[in-house]
Amino acid sequence: MSILVVVETQDNEYKKSAYDAVAYAADLAKKLSKSVTTFVLGEVANPETIGNYGSEKVFIAENWDEKKDIVLTITQMISEEKIETVVFAKSPVSETLAARISVKTQSYLATNICSIPELSGSIIKIKKSIYTGKGFIVEELHSGLNILVIKKNILQAQLSDKLAQKQVIKLAEGKTSKLVSKGITKATGDILLTDAQIVVSGGRGMKGPENWALIEDLAKTLGAATGCSKPVSDMDWRPHHEHVGQTGVKVAPTLYIAAGISGAIQHLAGVNSSKFILVINKDPEAPFFKAADYGVVGDLFEVLPKLNALLKSA
Amino acid sequence: MKILVCITHVPDTTSKITFIENNSKFNSAGVQFIIGPYDEYALSKAIDIRDKQGVGEITVLNVGTSETENTLRKALAIGADKAVRVDSEPISSIFTATQISNFVKNNSFDLVLMGRESIDFNGGIVHTLVAEMLDWECVNPIMKLDIVGDKLLMTKEVDGGKEEIEANLPLVLGCQEPIAEWKIPSMKGIMSSRTKPLVVIDPIPVSIGSKVLAFEVPQPKSGCKMIDPSNLEQLVELLKNEAKVLN
Repeated sequence: MSILVVVETQDNEYKKSAYDAVAYAADLAKKLSKSVTTFVLGEVANPETIGNYGSEKVFIAENWDEKKDIVLTITQMISEEKIETVVFAKSPVSETLAARISVKTQSYLATNICSIPELSGSIIKIKKSIYTGKGFIVEELHSGLNILVIKKNILQAQLSDKLAQKQVIKLAEGKTSKLVSKGITKATGDILLTDAQIVVSGGRGMKGPENWALIEDLAKTLGAATGCSKPVSDMDWRPHHEHVGQTGVKVAPTLYIAAGISGAIQHLAGVNSSKFILVINKDPEAPFFKAADYGVVGDLFEVLPKLNALLKSA
Repeated sequence: MKILVCITHVPDTTSKITFIENNSKFNSAGVQFIIGPYDEYALSKAIDIRDKQGVGEITVLNVGTSETENTLRKALAIGADKAVRVDSEPISSIFTATQISNFVKNNSFDLVLMGRESIDFNGGIVHTLVAEMLDWECVNPIMKLDIVGDKLLMTKEVDGGKEEIEANLPLVLGCQEPIAEWKIPSMKGIMSSRTKPLVVIDPIPVSIGSKVLAFEVPQPKSGCKMIDPSNLEQLVELLKNEAKVLN
């Protein structure tokens, strides 16, 4: 009996979130004295390296094809391997799979898990983020099969030099989607907001789209993604997909930098999973300072270039 | 076209979230409840489709107790034709999806629309669950929807970009901005919302695989370190050695 982790890939490597999910499963497996098996949605150059994060086995499809019946493949894996827990890392693709598998297997499904698993006896206790990060709910799992979708940055992986045992499997033939894709357009900007370790966001205090070079230059220096507040995307200063907040993108970087954003409760809801928050605002009464770790009261048109120059030489 | 729009009854986005009775219950005192913002985009789009085609009917559904009826009446005022309330707390995503899919099975619909997620429990999976239970396709989250003949053309948000998708009915769609402009209820809409049908139905039983132990609120930040703008070197030092984000 083991815990199954289903992970995504990007450019022939594991996605960073794959390591988060395997580390979460390894922590749970240790507490339950079980083992971890990983199934890879795609192709990776060195699948065995997932063993470093605590997975004993890794299943790789012999000819990866996302048009095959992935739901059926995983459902069969769950019954053959006597899986009681399946772990996914939050993403549109993983949440869709998790939901579909939970219907097929009549299992319990929990999304937005935001803390390491705990046990009471042999019963798993989880914590989920609700009200867009403004609250949490703690639940006990009582289903024979539980499907867990976790948010990122929950725990630090315990790394080892162990390698996972690789097993090549065949994808199941079954139902194929009737949806027809007419092509994908990638947004500009290299770093995804949801994946970024650092995010630099601007608000109305930026005064206009023509001043965004200040945000972009700082982001470039830090290898950060760029975001904005809702008024900024509503005024079309920046594209909608950069809108960070309760009804926009929710981010969880190590550092969130907010320049000229007052910190309305709806904006805070989108950034409250950040580890550290730096607020730059000329108004010392801006509510954002109450939610921040570092604050600079000053004119962002002076602070941003100065900070950028210092960081460049740091 | 017969469209079902599923709406949530959720605290306004500006609400402060607290819990009472030893952290076992949401504190609704002083909280204003609204139609979920993403669900309101779904409702607005349904109205656009019906009004453009000149035929069709919009049913709006909520899984909730009697206090959600004001929210359903608001949806009727905005322009839905009739309302259904499944009389139960929306206990879990699977519970809610089972109620919706059961209603769709017993009544024929061409299209089921809802928001990409609720803003209370943020599950973001009810649309996908409903589609799987009905053996329909689901597309989520969509930002644009056009109907050309019998084809639906959609723009879906994907990691770092957009995807154009084409599909036939029936479908379940999760909506987000800017799919349609929110509608302001007219005086006529408000008047007629009182007489439009609002039917209450019993939920069907669903086994729940979990038990809620408690609610919690986030720990407040320990305090903001203020840095003088003339001493940004100190900030760089903190980012480097405390936040450890520079390497």
